[in-house]
Amino acid sequence: MTTYDPDRSRTGLTPLDRRELLKDANRLLAMPARRRFLRSGVTLGSLAAMTGCSVTDSKTAESLLMAVSRFNDRVQAWLFDPNRLAPTYPESMITRPFPFNAYYGIDKVPSVAASGFRLQVSGRVQQADSWTLEQLAALPQQEQITRHICVEGWSAIGRWGGVPFSHFLARIGADLGSKYVGFKCADDYYESIDMPTALHPQTILALTYDGRTLPAQYGFPMKLRMPTKLGYKNPKHILEIFVTNEYPGGYWEDQGYNWFGGS
Amino acid sequence: MSTATTASPQTVASDAGPGGIVQPAWVRVTHWLNALGAILMVLSGWRIYNASPIFPFRFPASITLGGWLGGALQWHFAAMWLLVVNGLVYLSLNLLTGRARRRFLPLSPRQFASDLAAALHGHLSHEDVARYNAVQKVAYVGAAALLVLLVLSGLAIWKSVQFPLLRALMGGYDNARIVHFLAMSGVVAFFVVHVTMVALVPRTLRAMILGR
Repeated sequence: MTTYDPDRSRTGLTPLDRRELLKDANRLLAMPARRRFLRSGVTLGSLAAMTGCSVTDSKTAESLLMAVSRFNDRVQAWLFDPNRLAPTYPESMITRPFPFNAYYGIDKVPSVAASGFRLQVSGRVQQADSWTLEQLAALPQQEQITRHICVEGWSAIGRWGGVPFSHFLARIGADLGSKYVGFKCADDYYESIDMPTALHPQTILALTYDGRTLPAQYGFPMKLRMPTKLGYKNPKHILEIFVTNEYPGGYWEDQGYNWFGGS
Repeated sequence: MSTATTASPQTVASDAGPGGIVQPAWVRVTHWLNALGAILMVLSGWRIYNASPIFPFRFPASITLGGWLGGALQWHFAAMWLLVVNGLVYLSLNLLTGRARRRFLPLSPRQFASDLAAALHGHLSHEDVARYNAVQKVAYVGAAALLVLLVLSGLAIWKSVQFPLLRALMGGYDNARIVHFLAMSGVVAFFVVHVTMVALVPRTLRAMILGR
């Protein structure tokens, strides 16, 4: 699915090898950041020790912070109002150009071939069939002009169109009492969301951006658009959707971002 | 610091409580927990700010907390509980015990102006640390108000969809970030002046640790 440097003879690597290598490299790149995080934990541990708390080593600090993050997941799930709509905006307020954003540069955007593409569906569903883009386009469509809020703080207003995700979940006979909906993507990104957000009226399986077929840099063939979640929760280049009760984690969450990540 | 000239004529009778206690235990505990919470929030907040600055500068990474954005966010969203819960305890006890009224009232603009003028000339007395002059009253109430504003603007940023009224009050999502930043700047400015004043009148530090 992902096209990288086609010059195999020079590197001697198959596309699959290269993908795995890139994946490892990205993991390793994330490691120094994690070590810095741990080191800061030590400093703050000392600070906390001065004040009488027992957070004296980084492991304790890190697991404590992760525990609070899990607690914050529950608080956010409780705060989440399934009927509360994110604000929508007039077309004149769309951010142009809408920023490209991913854990890789724009030159590494995966190009997924439209012909022969099939979205895989699995897990706690009655119809684990695959879907062509034509079949998805034939489902009811919905448009929204909403604000994309990045975990970094910046925001941008964009226009997405696609299938209301609650409709899609109903069509595949998803067990709506399940805890999670998970996503596997062509850029090796993976993500998972809570069922109430999956069923939110503004959560759409986006197939278009600004009235045109979703371009590669915004997530072709499809992106899950949720104006009630931060940007990293909105997976692009989706290849597979699964419904599960087993916590699937997420690309950034497994490195420390909060899982609920809701606005 | 001259003790001969006093701007406030009522510094003769001490306002200290039974046993000469100037700061009751609950004030001391909530004060230091608030200091810890605010410092953690500011240092991790600087790291989060650096991920996408709203002004043309970044904070030196070495003085920030968290190591990377994800770590800073974890600290920020953990320390917020300390800041908020402790702040609510502090505010509630201030109202319930009547300390807020005794310590911060009366407060007149005229008194503030004359005390500020005296303070700037180094003539403001701190003979009785149990009695706040008008400048102190404004500074402490102002710092508390800024912390409340920080929590509200922070909520508007964190939960901009779930709290539409708060979002509107802050002037929208993007503006809430600016309000959050400016309120933080105010708290940091207070911190600098506060610590400087404590260095000039060390008895106040003793009172905030030992109570008298």
